[in-house]
Amino acid sequence: MSDARVSVRKTYKLFIGGKFPRSESGRSYLAQDANVALASRKDVRDAVVAARAAVKGWSGATAYNRGQILYRVAEMLEGRRDQFTGLGLPAAEVDEAIDRWVWYAGWSDKISQVYGGANPVAGPYFNLSSPEPTGVVGVVTPPSFLGLVSVLAPIIVTGNTAVVLTAREAPLAAVTLAEVLATSDLPGGVVNILTGDPAETAPWLAAHMDVNAIDLAGVTDTDLATSLEVAAAGNLKRIVRPPAKAANWSDDPGLTRLTAFLETKTVWHPKGI
Amino acid sequence: MFEYAPAPESRAVVDIKPSYGLFIDGAFVDPADGTSFKTINPASEEVLAEIAEAGAADVDRAVAAARKAYTKVWSRMPGRDRAKYLYRIARIIQERGREIAVLESLDNGKPIRESRDVDIPLVAAHFFYYAGWADKLDHAGFGPAPRPLGVAAQVIPWNFPLLMLAWKIAPALAAGNTVVLKPAETTPLTALLFAEICQQADLPPGVVNIVTGAGETGRALVEHGDVNKIAFTGSTEVGKAIARSVAGSRKKVTLELGGKAANVVFEDAPIDQAVEGIVNGIFFNQGHVCCAGSRLLVQESVYEPVLASLKRRMARLRVGDPLDKNTDIGAINSAAQLDRIRTLSDIGGEEGAERWSPPCDLPDHGFWFAPTIFTGVTQAHRIAREEIFGPVLSVLTFRTPAEAVEKANNTPYGLSAGVWTDKGSRILWMADRLRAGVVWANTFNKFDPTSPFGGYKESGYGREGGRHGLEAYLDV
Amino acid sequence: MLGTRSIKTTAKAWAIDLAIRMVDLTTLEGADTPGKVRALCAKARRPDPADPTCPPVAAICVYPAMVPVAVEALAGSGIHTASVATAFPSGQAPLEVKLADTRAAVAAGADEIDMVINRGAFLAGRYLEVYEEIAAVKQACGPAHLKVILENGELATYDNVRRASWIGMLAGGDFIKTSTGKVPVAATLPVTLVMLEAVRDFRDLTGRQVGVKPAGGIRTTKDAVKYLVLVNETAGDDWLDPDWFRFGASTLLNDLLMQRTKLTTGVYAGPDYFTLD
Repeated sequence: MSDARVSVRKTYKLFIGGKFPRSESGRSYLAQDANVALASRKDVRDAVVAARAAVKGWSGATAYNRGQILYRVAEMLEGRRDQFTGLGLPAAEVDEAIDRWVWYAGWSDKISQVYGGANPVAGPYFNLSSPEPTGVVGVVTPPSFLGLVSVLAPIIVTGNTAVVLTAREAPLAAVTLAEVLATSDLPGGVVNILTGDPAETAPWLAAHMDVNAIDLAGVTDTDLATSLEVAAAGNLKRIVRPPAKAANWSDDPGLTRLTAFLETKTVWHPKGI
Repeated sequence: MFEYAPAPESRAVVDIKPSYGLFIDGAFVDPADGTSFKTINPASEEVLAEIAEAGAADVDRAVAAARKAYTKVWSRMPGRDRAKYLYRIARIIQERGREIAVLESLDNGKPIRESRDVDIPLVAAHFFYYAGWADKLDHAGFGPAPRPLGVAAQVIPWNFPLLMLAWKIAPALAAGNTVVLKPAETTPLTALLFAEICQQADLPPGVVNIVTGAGETGRALVEHGDVNKIAFTGSTEVGKAIARSVAGSRKKVTLELGGKAANVVFEDAPIDQAVEGIVNGIFFNQGHVCCAGSRLLVQESVYEPVLASLKRRMARLRVGDPLDKNTDIGAINSAAQLDRIRTLSDIGGEEGAERWSPPCDLPDHGFWFAPTIFTGVTQAHRIAREEIFGPVLSVLTFRTPAEAVEKANNTPYGLSAGVWTDKGSRILWMADRLRAGVVWANTFNKFDPTSPFGGYKESGYGREGGRHGLEAYLDV
Repeated sequence: MLGTRSIKTTAKAWAIDLAIRMVDLTTLEGADTPGKVRALCAKARRPDPADPTCPPVAAICVYPAMVPVAVEALAGSGIHTASVATAFPSGQAPLEVKLADTRAAVAAGADEIDMVINRGAFLAGRYLEVYEEIAAVKQACGPAHLKVILENGELATYDNVRRASWIGMLAGGDFIKTSTGKVPVAATLPVTLVMLEAVRDFRDLTGRQVGVKPAGGIRTTKDAVKYLVLVNETAGDDWLDPDWFRFGASTLLNDLLMQRTKLTTGVYAGPDYFTLD
């Protein structure tokens, strides 16, 4: 008889509004040798409600505060490196993901200066353009953990909130990331993570009239991508299409993903005495 | 009574041909199947010219010409030289400004005062502004050596015909793209004059192509397999159809669509200035403005004085001959648009809002609609939710700044908004919270080539104008 | 148990439209102005301006001072004007004041009066005083319907709610209503169950039917449907009618409209598409 300790296994659940519920449908599926929650359209609905409720506080927080919180995510992730490598992720990828959080954290109070500014209009007017978050962003993430971080961080750093649909075959790192986010002072609802099958849930997210934008980074089925883009046109969501060729998430991310979910607001006021 | 002398601008400065072909590859050509339509003066219903209607084959020809010009000429040309062509165009527009303004007012119905003092000067300024970017793209903040997209398909509306052309063509060409542009079917004449200006400027053939026609022509252009970029200004409904039609393609899209802007007047606002702003906000260009301040939100405590002042001011507005320099409000652009304005106004009355217009004599011929306000309107009235695109103002009230923000944002649109208050901190507080691409504080309907313009939500995506406007035409 | 009844598609569409027709669209704020009330009345007439098939609500519920504005704005619509009265929400005023309050609201055109019972007297055991006050207010109402607000949040026990329900009915109330919405505990399903049992039993005993109005805290379609199921299974379908069952609510209406749109379009709706008045 062995005296090896019987381990306590983890239940992998959804992450909605800062809490870890099971799917309202009660369903789960087997992925990466674990039972993982299989999100339903009603979980999508609940996640959008949570994300919308979080917009006011998160977009209204100071850029400094958002930067601090994203940096805190990096700190917490660093402390839990082993959990991610324990899922079979290469240490180098986890390190890069940590560094990516740090990189985006720094953008929180710089993007407005780089992407906005004063406009020298031909008249006695003060005229200033500033970027603002678009609101609730839906995202279908790629299976790569670095890919997940590379699409999520630029969405939230500017003040958007996110509803994340993880790749069907690789949900565990995403759920583990949710545990990091839940302990990083990130307000509940800013990031909501739904495991399951995006082919089932993404159409509901793409068609949802209270979602402002959708990022199809992880959609590889071109027919699905097309139908999601059609559905997203219902309320003219901002769309980021799937990458034209397989993405290398180690590349310099540039500003494209940051600016894709920003609106530019221009304010005019007369000058005079 | 004091009478102003009629001061009509002379029509002699314009030379309208009996008929126009399509402008493809640097020359005017007949359409493949020879069909045409008429463009009329909406102030008199007089036919101005016969205009070629481009079919799918013509669109194909135009796109092929644009592709050839892109590959062989324009994308290879140093930015410095593209700039010089754009500067040439800007200068010719300035030189021929009077002629263009008269033609614009004839075809569109807008008052000459506006086409002369607003539209055409802004057109020239737009080309002048973007000309300067053509050789500075490396420094525009999109990384080193940003690439153009290729052939741009551009579809524009009838409310600011040449200005919308300038908003589309100037940044496209500066960034190194070639274009096929479709003007609106009711206002093609200044775009065709622009084609002549391109010839006059010796712009290489195929860099700019103008295909005239209606919705089907636009669809053929937008859905053409060899365009890389779509820029559309028009209704939200058509914008959505375009967004659906490009699904699964790699075409880059910018959409500038409808609006239902709130113009918010606080109790501490200087009332006379606010009333000028309200009038400018909704009656400028007959209210044919996507960013028009069509929902007036007045703080309840100053509702009476604001309304009294507004009515007094409206009674002085002069409706009539667009070519008369005294005219404030010209003709409605088309019979179809007049129908829409009438229908929605009738619904406003049926839904219980109170309608008021100053006494005004409207001409017997042409399409006219007196400046109109509806009071007693709430968010639950259709005239408070749907874009009327005419000289019709819905007046609502609010109690607190928070309620003003809530009502202003309670719309699927998000193009523009106005705020009138004496208090600086309140302006900035409001500006932070209004979900709109342009916020005019203590002013309204101001435009400038350096200032980005475009909407939130169902008002579309992408920005036109300024450094931001380049992004729409670069592969970034 | 009742929360688990499955209501789908056709039944759900029917339930949503019924719930809309049962709403007493309410604004009871110190900050109410004529503009605010007119806006609410326009919404009462056309809850969804984009969809003419959407029914109007049952009534507007306002303070007495706002009744003339509401009556004018609702003229010809068939929508009732309900006024709270009797020193709402506390009811802590002399009886003459309460009666004058009621008469003024009726004179101004209110055809429904939402009165509060004297909880002070009730909790002190002076039930007769509670009864006589309600009877007096009923008389002051004249032709107007009387809704008797129990304020269950202050009555504390189900026994008290049952007792207050019977007093309200015996004294002549046309409706019994859960709460003012001004204290922390408002409408709940268990309290409403007690009240529905009371109106059921009262009709069995006397032959007179009395309506029920839960008010406060009902914000979602899911909640509203649970109440309708409760009505159906407790009092019976005679009460599934705006004449006999009402929801006192403000934010509930937009959720009903969003669910209604979800059923017709097949996609989840957003608040930008519904008016906030």
